[in-house]
Amino acid sequence: MSAPTYPTARTMSSAERPPRSNARGDRWVGWGDRIYGALITACALAIPLLLVLVAAIIARSAWPAVSTVGAELVTGTTWDVPRGQFGALPAILGTLASSLLSLIIATPLALGVAIFVSELAPPAIRRPFAFLVDVLAAIPSVVYGLWALYVLVPFLREVVMPFLGDTLGLGALPLFKGPAYGPSLLAASLVLSIMILPYIAAVARELLQAVPRSQREAALALGATRWEMVRDAVLPYARSGLVGAAILGLGRALGETMAVTMVIGNRHELPSSLFQPAYTMASLLANEFNEASGALHVSALMAVAGILLAITLIVNAIARWLVWRMEART
Amino acid sequence: MTDVTPRALDARLAARLTPAVAMRAVSPATRDDASDAAISAVAVRTEQLDAMYGGVAAVRSATLTFTPGRVTAIIGPSGCGKSTLLRCINRLHETQPAARVRGAVFVDGRDVYAAGTDVVAVRRSIGFVAQRPTPFPSMNIRENVVAGLRVAGIRVSGTELEDRVEAVLQRTGLWDEVSDRLDSDPMSLSGGQQQRLCLARALAPEPRVLLLDEPTAALDPGSTQRIEELVYLLRGEVTTIIVTHNMQQAARVSDITAFMLEGELIEQAPTRVLFTAPSDARTELYLTGRFG
Amino acid sequence: MSALAAPSRVQRTERMARRRRMGSFMTVVVWCAALLSVVPLILIAAHLIIGGARVLSPTFFTALPAPPGVSGGGVANGVAGTLVLLGIASVIGMPIGLGAGLYLAEHGRTRLATIVRYLSDVLSGLPSIVVGIFAWELIVRPSGQFSALAGGFALGMIMIPLVARATEEMVRLVPVALREAALALGFTRWRSSLQIVLRTALPGIVTAALVAVARVAGETAPLLFTAFGTPFWSLRLDRPIAALPLQIYNYATSPYDDWRAQAWGGALVLIALVLVISIIARRVTRSRFGAATGGARGD
Repeated sequence: MSAPTYPTARTMSSAERPPRSNARGDRWVGWGDRIYGALITACALAIPLLLVLVAAIIARSAWPAVSTVGAELVTGTTWDVPRGQFGALPAILGTLASSLLSLIIATPLALGVAIFVSELAPPAIRRPFAFLVDVLAAIPSVVYGLWALYVLVPFLREVVMPFLGDTLGLGALPLFKGPAYGPSLLAASLVLSIMILPYIAAVARELLQAVPRSQREAALALGATRWEMVRDAVLPYARSGLVGAAILGLGRALGETMAVTMVIGNRHELPSSLFQPAYTMASLLANEFNEASGALHVSALMAVAGILLAITLIVNAIARWLVWRMEART
Repeated sequence: MTDVTPRALDARLAARLTPAVAMRAVSPATRDDASDAAISAVAVRTEQLDAMYGGVAAVRSATLTFTPGRVTAIIGPSGCGKSTLLRCINRLHETQPAARVRGAVFVDGRDVYAAGTDVVAVRRSIGFVAQRPTPFPSMNIRENVVAGLRVAGIRVSGTELEDRVEAVLQRTGLWDEVSDRLDSDPMSLSGGQQQRLCLARALAPEPRVLLLDEPTAALDPGSTQRIEELVYLLRGEVTTIIVTHNMQQAARVSDITAFMLEGELIEQAPTRVLFTAPSDARTELYLTGRFG
Repeated sequence: MSALAAPSRVQRTERMARRRRMGSFMTVVVWCAALLSVVPLILIAAHLIIGGARVLSPTFFTALPAPPGVSGGGVANGVAGTLVLLGIASVIGMPIGLGAGLYLAEHGRTRLATIVRYLSDVLSGLPSIVVGIFAWELIVRPSGQFSALAGGFALGMIMIPLVARATEEMVRLVPVALREAALALGFTRWRSSLQIVLRTALPGIVTAALVAVARVAGETAPLLFTAFGTPFWSLRLDRPIAALPLQIYNYATSPYDDWRAQAWGGALVLIALVLVISIIARRVTRSRFGAATGGARGD
């Protein structure tokens, strides 16, 4: 008997084709799978739901104030509860000023830390140093506030402010005008910058480490020094992500409450000098919410919370988008 | 005189598969030849099987018959769809996002893709061993061996379970090596031992079909040899399908070899025939190392 | 020599020397930035230890807060309250975060998963004081009183995105082959997800969850209008409850010297609590997770 021949695809005519069934990927089968799928989907949907709920509840509670006070809320400069004046502009500007200042102070340092940890530090101290910076991020806000209130503020009042104002003669400039109060916009910005630094540094470090080896090697192969490699290959590659990291830090600073409340001085005035006390939206909420007198006051504070929420959401959305775009590319 | 034309042979095999197919394809003249000796292992047959990832077809219109109780090797250059074809047989392919399967796979005469089929039951009846060892790190060695029994809800007494563990570990040659540490972490085993543990885990529920997806690709020659010996010993009880990129391995362990290229089945023949006298020029080119 | 000619050797070495000088200069700058950044950490640590050591004593952990002017007093109720709040927060935040993380890992690149992933990042950027106000409006206002429950809810809400993203990352580290091996063996999808994939990733997830707990342990702003704080011993979930961060805030901003001193002690205890949780978290990872995924990759 000859060896049997085996069928191949071509030996079957189209007339003999069996009925074709279809199977699509990624389905849930059976009750257990369906219950499990429904449960985790519900958990996942809780996240958008919570966000919508936060926005909706704050908007609803803020509505009485918004309809009564109107645009005065964001343009008015007088916050006088007994007289029913709710102008939050000083707090809004104070929030923006302290956050932006802290960003200006923290970003270069954070970038330095990130470059140090991912590029320049001797391998032996890389990990311990990164750990120290992480510890900085783990310190609770209220502890920063405590330290700033009893160490940083007196130091600013006794040493830094007289030095800047009198010794250097900067007191003539409007930015450094006025008597050396301890609690001030400067104090708040400094403590904020210490707080957001590890946060920016952590994101920046990850972005730098994500820059492909090939980019670095290409620069080195062209004869670049180590610094030139960082400047010409690593930083440009990660640029948009680094901008995102800084903006993430800004988002953090905007919503930061305790440490700022303890050192900014809490005064309802438009911020004009670094040496003067100021106010932020978060501090306003922390100080007044529990003692709010009357429905309109509560509603006005809700409106302030709404403004704070809107600003941080927008800032965070932009930052996340920038970081994601960078990560998607690598 | 036996009709050995492809079509008649196809029909004889089909007769063992499914009444529906048999009705369609078997002519009275060839029916007598269809009865072979009874074998507990079952036949597997793919018909017009297409498998896709997204829009890309990894397997195209593959029709193959796998003889019961024999070892069939599927060879071909990487990316030819041989692993995908294998993973269609136990419906594993479709667990990936954007994966799609069209066509039919008959196991013991039943289309595993037919509507209303219990996918989990299909997978339970088919053993599968992946390229890299995949012992479950969250279980100890014993729990790994009985994982398939446990999940199928098969209740056996403690002593019987122990007997089964011992039997299956004996077969895979692991018993002497691990009998004193059945409660320890499978990750403490060597790569080859881990892979034999996976084989034991696949064999414990006594499947009638065994799918091996390049089971020795990540192993050293010694471990490879032990797995190949085991595959040889399983002949007769289990219908084994082994995907391999190693032609020598296919020649060593298989009775029948199928050659695939770019998602299509080029030819299937007894291993000795395929390796010595391939009927398709492309098979010969591949076997002589001129592509792939 | 024309202007187009190659630079002379002297010019080349000079340029190279300039580039080298620039490189060393920038290296110094980066070193300075890095060292400057950890100066506050050293200062804070020093002040905490000096200030805290003055008031720390065994009674500090066992006594209730003393009224101003009365010496002694402690943070016993604050520590207990913080632990209760963390417990409530974990009960709320961990299951939801875990489920959401599993969803994100299972559904990878689908549109809904992408949106949820993005929104969970946005949620983690929500100012914590806004979370506190939300919890006040949702729980305190309708129920008419401050409560541990409201505080725990606020903290739990902060935990959700932290746990979700960490769970997703850890589950993704589990090789696909392991999930497939389970499916091929006849595990249903939910059993392979929970019994094989989740259990393999569990040590990493436990670590991430503990890190999340450590992170919310020091939160103060969300508790101001929810847990509110109390100088008395109370563990009731429907009543105001003391919390260490709230006590630190109240003491630090008070006009009494002995309370201010207590604030340093409280801060030291809070930091110790956070560090202990973090260290436990690291140990969990080191002892089991390395072995689990390292081996599962099969090398």
